[in-house]
Amino acid sequence: MSMTIAEKILAKASGKDKVEAGEIVMADIDIAMVHDLTGPLTLQALEQINTDKVWDPEKIVIPFDHQVPADTLDAAKNHQMLREFVKEQGITNFYDVYEGVCHQVVPEKGHALPGTVIVGSDSHTCTNGALGAFATGIGSTDMAMVFATGQLWFKVPETNRFNITGKLQENVTSKDVILNIIGQVGQDGSTYKSCEYAGETIQEMEMSDRMVLSNMAIEMGGKTGIVEPDKVTDEYLKNRTNKSYTKFTTDLDAPSLNTIDIDVSDLEPQVACPNYVDNVKPASEVEDVEIDQVFIGSCTNGRLKDLEQAARVLKGNKIKDGVRTLVIPASRTIYQQALKEGLMDIFVEAGALVCNPCCGPCLGGHIGLIGDGEVSLSTSNRNFKGRQGSPEGKVYLSSPIVAAESALTGHITAPEKK
Amino acid sequence: MEKIIEGRALKLGDDIDTDSILPGRYLTLSKPEDLGKHVMEGYDLHYKDKIQEGDVIVAGSNFGCGSSREHAPIALKAAGIKAVVAKSFARIFYRNATNIGLPLVEAPNGPDDIEEEDILKIDLEKGTLTNTTQDKDYDFTKLPEFMFEIVENGGLIEYLNKTRF
Repeated sequence: MSMTIAEKILAKASGKDKVEAGEIVMADIDIAMVHDLTGPLTLQALEQINTDKVWDPEKIVIPFDHQVPADTLDAAKNHQMLREFVKEQGITNFYDVYEGVCHQVVPEKGHALPGTVIVGSDSHTCTNGALGAFATGIGSTDMAMVFATGQLWFKVPETNRFNITGKLQENVTSKDVILNIIGQVGQDGSTYKSCEYAGETIQEMEMSDRMVLSNMAIEMGGKTGIVEPDKVTDEYLKNRTNKSYTKFTTDLDAPSLNTIDIDVSDLEPQVACPNYVDNVKPASEVEDVEIDQVFIGSCTNGRLKDLEQAARVLKGNKIKDGVRTLVIPASRTIYQQALKEGLMDIFVEAGALVCNPCCGPCLGGHIGLIGDGEVSLSTSNRNFKGRQGSPEGKVYLSSPIVAAESALTGHITAPEKK
Repeated sequence: MEKIIEGRALKLGDDIDTDSILPGRYLTLSKPEDLGKHVMEGYDLHYKDKIQEGDVIVAGSNFGCGSSREHAPIALKAAGIKAVVAKSFARIFYRNATNIGLPLVEAPNGPDDIEEEDILKIDLEKGTLTNTTQDKDYDFTKLPEFMFEIVENGGLIEYLNKTRF
């Protein structure tokens, strides 16, 4: 029977020849990830399960990224609790406060492989789908079950396959593509579905661009956001893993497949306006919006290419007075690469504040919160009311290029058409 | 878990996300009573003052979208919310709430009709939602059988301890 990539992965993980959308399966988990904010609740739940040992200490990945270094006593206590757990259980893949954002660290360190099932107690775990994995966010009690048993139940999802064609114009990025898609289908447009990104535009994209698409599948309710693995995937994994993996692809006649064709040839830079990720407009239509803070970073757009794009705009220019601009590389490795390329000099000279790898202002829990009436332009993935601090503040989302252009002018600014 | 819930409706709109329910700045907390104190602060800093023990939230579509934080359903439950009725729920929230024993009622036709402070009666076993104030009944989508088994066993932890350990 014809199946989608999600169905093929879940069939393999549950020891079946075939599965159908709607079916409940018990799947074996390949990688389970918690971070410093969701780990503590997972441990609380795990304590209530009648077992002393996790199912496999080599399949658990624990990066600290949300509140690093610890900014409160509560955060410090949580970090201590998790470090103790890591030691006691012999968890091999532990990344302390210096390594970076979980959805960058997991693929960067070679933990995300095509054809595997990856769960994380963080909704943006779907980022790993860029490598052809079935990767999804779960809560802490579900994660306790995974820690204890190595398994979790899933309802096999139907698939929305976004078939993307056309060459992107200069200064238009995968962030603009995904914002445009979410604007079209709505923030519950793929609820309970597997999102797939396919077509010539995607085949041409490098891994960091694909990760932007997969990352934001959850912003339309998607359970996962998969790109079929190909030579770009092999290239990315070449020096990251020596494990073998299976590259599944979707059968185009699979019954649960719904294909949506999108031509991006004429796409302009996009902005998601408050307070909904699907409130998407061309950047050129919201240029009158004045901004107080710019955030370039996050698990969506904190990778080297994103920093390079922002630096090209900022090089030799000065950020507008009064616009606090935070640049946060998504990992230590990216930080080092950016240093070597001289990007950090460009940011600092332009007047930006470069922070250590972490989630930053994205979730309004650590650094860079916005106050009443303030406006943030952010390359992250959510602009919900109160997301970056005060419920009376406003968050707009864009690509790193639009964010950097806007930092220079003090209002949302679309890059000039070339 | 109580099988019959009776409470006052508190109305909310569509797309209530988990940042609204429990903002990121409180995610270092993990005790239910601490989380309950900050419920809905991302939406309205003073929303919690409206909540009385036993209230039922009545919302539109896509309730609980966004972050996977289980702190959100824990905060609602700790603040005294006995159930959430919505037109639809986001996927991760649906699982999390079920796992920790906060009943969710997916009733596509209910929320538009129900007014603030109407008295609702939910029978989880029978699968009925009654608006006592307006004398109206609404259908709701029952939990999938597998999830109902988890609920009947008192949540995922109890279910695992009974079936696996």
